[in-house]
Amino acid sequence: MSVKIDETLTVECETGNYHTFCPISCVSWLYQKIEDSFFLVVGTKTCGYFLQNALGVMIFAEPRYAMAELEEGDISAQLNDYEGLKKLCIRIRKDRDPSVIIWIGTCTTEIIKMDLEGMAPKLEWEIGIPILVARANGLDYAFTQGEDTVLAAMAHRCPEPEFSVRERKETSQNFLTFHSRKKEELVEYANHPSLVLFGSLPSNVASQLNLELKRQSIKVSGWLPAQKYTDLPSLGDGVYVCGVHPFLSRTATTLIRREKCQLIGAPFPIGPDGTRAWIEKICPVFGVEPQGLEEREERIWEGLKDYLDLVHGKSVFFMGDNLLEVSLARFLIRCGMIVHEIGIPYMDKRYQAAELSLLQNTCIKMCVPIPRIVEKPDNSNQIRRIRE
Amino acid sequence: MKLAYWMYAGPAHIGTLRVASSFKNVHAIMHAPLGDDYFNVMRSMLERERDFTAATASIVDRHVLARGSQERVVDNILRKDQEEHPDLIILTPTCTSSILQEDLHNFVNRASIISHSDVIFADVDHYQVNEIQAADRTLEQVVRYYLDRCHRQEKWDQFLTDAPSVNIIGIFTLGFHNQHDCRELRRLLRDLDIEINQIIPEGGSVEDLQNLPKAWFNLIPYREVGLMTAVYLNKEYGMPYISIAPMGAVDMAEWIRQIQKNVNTLTLSSSNKRVDYEPYIDGQTRFVSQAAWFSRSIDCQNLTGKETVVFGDTTHAASITKILVREMGIRVSCAGTYCKHDAEWFKEQIQGFCDEILITDDHAEVGDMIAHMEPSAIFGTQMERHIGKRLDIPCGVISAPVHIQNFPLGYRPFLGYEGTNQIADLIYNSFALGMEDHLLDIFGGHDTKEIISKSLSTDIGLIWNPESRLELSKIPRFAREKVEINTEKFARQKGIETITVEVMYAAKEALNT
Repeated sequence: MSVKIDETLTVECETGNYHTFCPISCVSWLYQKIEDSFFLVVGTKTCGYFLQNALGVMIFAEPRYAMAELEEGDISAQLNDYEGLKKLCIRIRKDRDPSVIIWIGTCTTEIIKMDLEGMAPKLEWEIGIPILVARANGLDYAFTQGEDTVLAAMAHRCPEPEFSVRERKETSQNFLTFHSRKKEELVEYANHPSLVLFGSLPSNVASQLNLELKRQSIKVSGWLPAQKYTDLPSLGDGVYVCGVHPFLSRTATTLIRREKCQLIGAPFPIGPDGTRAWIEKICPVFGVEPQGLEEREERIWEGLKDYLDLVHGKSVFFMGDNLLEVSLARFLIRCGMIVHEIGIPYMDKRYQAAELSLLQNTCIKMCVPIPRIVEKPDNSNQIRRIRE
Repeated sequence: MKLAYWMYAGPAHIGTLRVASSFKNVHAIMHAPLGDDYFNVMRSMLERERDFTAATASIVDRHVLARGSQERVVDNILRKDQEEHPDLIILTPTCTSSILQEDLHNFVNRASIISHSDVIFADVDHYQVNEIQAADRTLEQVVRYYLDRCHRQEKWDQFLTDAPSVNIIGIFTLGFHNQHDCRELRRLLRDLDIEINQIIPEGGSVEDLQNLPKAWFNLIPYREVGLMTAVYLNKEYGMPYISIAPMGAVDMAEWIRQIQKNVNTLTLSSSNKRVDYEPYIDGQTRFVSQAAWFSRSIDCQNLTGKETVVFGDTTHAASITKILVREMGIRVSCAGTYCKHDAEWFKEQIQGFCDEILITDDHAEVGDMIAHMEPSAIFGTQMERHIGKRLDIPCGVISAPVHIQNFPLGYRPFLGYEGTNQIADLIYNSFALGMEDHLLDIFGGHDTKEIISKSLSTDIGLIWNPESRLELSKIPRFAREKVEINTEKFARQKGIETITVEVMYAAKEALNT
């Protein structure tokens, strides 16, 4: 189903000076999510100091992260970078024994054109631990897109599905569902092709999403990233994928092109309205009729009544730094607020198509003007606009 | 290439930015990729500033990589000139951009032709120096720029102030207790009847820098930052300077005596009154500061002979070592600093005060040393505090690098006579809390609430199935009990006997309705 973006939804690009965090910040949450991983950031003191401050007290909890700090000799290519990295990785293997080492490339490695992707396979073979390379640098990406680059790299390592894909496709044409709908008992799953969700979420939130889909008799085969690197889901032809974060456009593209998966384009499960729309988009793909979503959403809104009264009619201006702005704006509009402008570092119009469409519909429903969307905003100009 | 995950001193551009943002009406521009401008956020958060930090990034992206910054840097400088009207714009690269080796000097020259503000390029080698050295260098560079220019234009007012006055050099943003120390110094100087000509860079104006030489002499409370400027002023304008840190009763006395000497030397020529601060020193040490008296009291006698380890920047590590040994009778097994470039001075200062000296910026070495020494207390940075937590040794924080709790809203100087009280408190409390923990261990006095709540759940006979038990274990300990109680309450209300994961989430949702 194609989604047209109405002319009234304006997306401009200001290419200004705005503040956001460096994409290597993704290390701070990804190392906690993937329990058997180790992140090696190849950069300079600036990168290290940033992560030290970002991690705060977590830095003392012996995080599975370290800096490979480039010194003058490394920059001027006097020292052999392969040997340098090898030494560090051997030490990491000895001290922490991870299931995977993830090299995070930074602006510095981009500029000195360090061939991380060339060195990784060789070193992987030598030391016997998988090495992934993700180029999360501030020249190309912003903040949460760091996670995007890591997941895109990880997608290549997901195994093929076990049985023949063609068989799967044929049986799934029937869409037989085996229900036993006793009142309080949970139903078994419908017979449907694999569904893999991608995006890094704390495990209890991921469990909740699994549960929501389970209620609609849809089984989630796996998550990318999984709690452990060794538990990566199977990806391939005939596997359906759906994202939970708005900033994962590269991962989505990798999954479609390289891994030949089918992407379900849905708004993102942020807020009760978003979550409902997300489930409503997934169900029809597997021939399932979603049940009970309207009541559930209503109940949540009722529970939020006190907060809704507080924010009703108040206005918000998103200066933009984390790429979640469109979903957040949509949610706040649904809560009864007015959004003047949505600043966002980068927006992939195709990947966020469903979300943008939901934004439009929400504005129409709540009778507020559609906010202006500004990519790469300029903070000084924004401050001026706020004052006006 | 080396493996690191903690550094004591930040990268060079942070030092430059700290100096720039301390001055009033100075704007800094970083030539850097997206994300290198985390300094703004750090400063707002730690200093609890209400205004935006006056630092912007001129973004380095793929275009810049391919074609060079060209107009972008100059445009950004001119734009800030028009928008903010600063007196001075400082352009600084970061490690990344300094590899690009663009001719930023050239951009600065071109921009300064058109702009109303002065424009300077912060001339620091990012791979040779760290945050502290860069701050020192940038401050000297700014001072030099304005004084040289003034000299060239022969607008220089050669006369000293009539009454004795001083400049305080080195108080700046994100410094360890700098704001409090500054207040204390003001109070002290007022007591001594000495005026303050200027305090730089914090709150200083670059337009006033030309008047620096009007003061009689310069005070450098922290030798890490400010010394280069003092040396320059000494060489070019013959200004004497005092670089002792006025920390601890003994060094306070010494500091005041040096001030006395400087004042009297210069007073002689105008045959004004000579000063004698001895009675002041005596009064303050014996009555106003409680530290000297307290350290001789029975409470403190417990600490005599106890062993400690001290680590930090040169100023604080050296002073605290001397205070512990000279003023409180406590032993220092090892003292150290991460300011490797100032190692000689440090060693010379604490010679004879401690058993061993450690000069390193590798936190693992420091951790090993502490584990080896097994002191009763540690005095160091936040890193040492965490090493202490791991090894179960109490620690007081006496130096940067720090966390937000070391930017207290209350008044907590380290310098001056009030500083001696604060330090004595810190030292005493660090030891006392350590001893408390041991007492609790010996007498097993922890809470018995666990027993009571356990019996409550077994009474009701609710069963948590394996899945839900696993889910519960994933919840952090401090929240787990609440979740457990809430879920069980919900289950009882609904008449559910077996708790599953669905029940847990249903209970959580029910909390909100």
